[in-house]
Amino acid sequence: MGVGGEKIGSEVDVLEIQGLCKSFGPKKVLDGIDLCLRAGESLAVLGRSGTGKSVLLKLITGLFKPDAGQVALWGQRTGDFGEDDWVPLRRRLGMVFQSGALFDSMNVFENVAFPLRERKMHSESEIGDIVEERLEWVSLSGAGSLAPSELSGGMRRRVAVARTLAVDPEFILYDEPTAGLDPITGRKIAQLMRNLDRKLRSTSVVVTHDIECARIVSSRWLYLAHGKVLADGSPDEFFASSQAEVREFLLAEERA
Amino acid sequence: MSSFFASLGEFIHFSAQVLRRVFLRRYNTRTLTSEMHRIGVESLTVVNLCSFFIGLVMVIQMQSMLKRYGAESQVGKVLAASFVLEIGPVFAAIMFTGRIGTGIAAELGSMVVTEQIDAYRVFGADPISRLAVPKVLATTLMLPALTVIASVVGLFSGFLLVVFQQGEPGRLYVADSLEILGHLDIICCIVKGIVFGLVVGLVATHSGFQTARATSAVGLSTTRTMVQGVLSILVVDLLLTKIFLILKGV
Repeated sequence: MGVGGEKIGSEVDVLEIQGLCKSFGPKKVLDGIDLCLRAGESLAVLGRSGTGKSVLLKLITGLFKPDAGQVALWGQRTGDFGEDDWVPLRRRLGMVFQSGALFDSMNVFENVAFPLRERKMHSESEIGDIVEERLEWVSLSGAGSLAPSELSGGMRRRVAVARTLAVDPEFILYDEPTAGLDPITGRKIAQLMRNLDRKLRSTSVVVTHDIECARIVSSRWLYLAHGKVLADGSPDEFFASSQAEVREFLLAEERA
Repeated sequence: MSSFFASLGEFIHFSAQVLRRVFLRRYNTRTLTSEMHRIGVESLTVVNLCSFFIGLVMVIQMQSMLKRYGAESQVGKVLAASFVLEIGPVFAAIMFTGRIGTGIAAELGSMVVTEQIDAYRVFGADPISRLAVPKVLATTLMLPALTVIASVVGLFSGFLLVVFQQGEPGRLYVADSLEILGHLDIICCIVKGIVFGLVVGLVATHSGFQTARATSAVGLSTTRTMVQGVLSILVVDLLLTKIFLILKGV
């Protein structure tokens, strides 16, 4: 195993980040992030728009390369990974994208079935059963034949959640999973995420502005500002925080 | 200048990745068949319509030119040579770039903007194998077929004008056309179609994947495909023409 595959940290640490930096042109988005996430933990990443929350998720999944620092998943450093090296690790994780990222050329059923077919571990009838079950979880039973263009924004997001949950990932990353949903559906999705975390004992990172969602899903919150971790702790610690920016953010979100 | 070489290096690296997957057969045959059908059928009308009118215009222009030298009877030969060796392959490739290449770049560019390419990667699927390889293979296989059809249509439109408007004997026109063309000329026409198809496919898919994550960037990618595609076709055409002339011993 080369440098890229060198093991660091504890085996139970699903995610370990050390000194992570990322810039786009002159704009420094992340500037030395350190983070450790143990198996079964659920972390909500909070922060104002443009503070690099989604970038952090893309660095964790290898969609972006860091300028400096290290990301390790299940003890494996990913810094020098090529696309082929990522495949086994990516098969253990799932990601719900901010835009839903449904494949336009496939209908809802085919979208949810996509990761299952990619893994070639189930027969077509098993895939059909799993897809129907996951669609039921997100209250979209019978929507399998619809094209993504026929779905509302909220429905697209729910299909994206169903697609990610189809393979029961060990580590799930959610990028604004409740954005654009009505409060009832948003709460339902958040409860579904929490139930899945408990059922599968999966680990999750949720990037969200939705304090209600963060409360339901995560017992640990992290606040990003100016490319750094400004606060990291339990929701109670956040509400008792002396950091003016954190308090201002929580107040504004609660009012919204 | 350094950014030009950086872009060229990136393009060569991307092309190598695509070709490696082609040789390793990392593509879905069903996707390839549907892409070939879509790409071939979509282009047929526009390419043939253009060839038909170019054939007519060429005959009119050539007749007026050749008349000056008393050589208007040579129209069939000149049209056949110019259509099969040059106009057919180049014009079909340019129309193909505008109709299919830009469409591929826009499709892949939109997938970048809406994070669909990222989703492929996160689900452990290789977007180059799944998306780029079938498109590049389809353009490489379909453009030579379109080139041959376009050349035949162009020659046929010339035939119609010469025979029905000017009342010249059709058999003579056909005999002249066939006489001037050797086997190597037909091979040259097909090889140009294959190489141009490969170039258009690679330029279009590379441009699509390089799209920045903004909606306006999709427009830039399609424009880039058209400009780079046509320029590449002309450069490659020059090289292939030189090579075939050497092979013919001219």
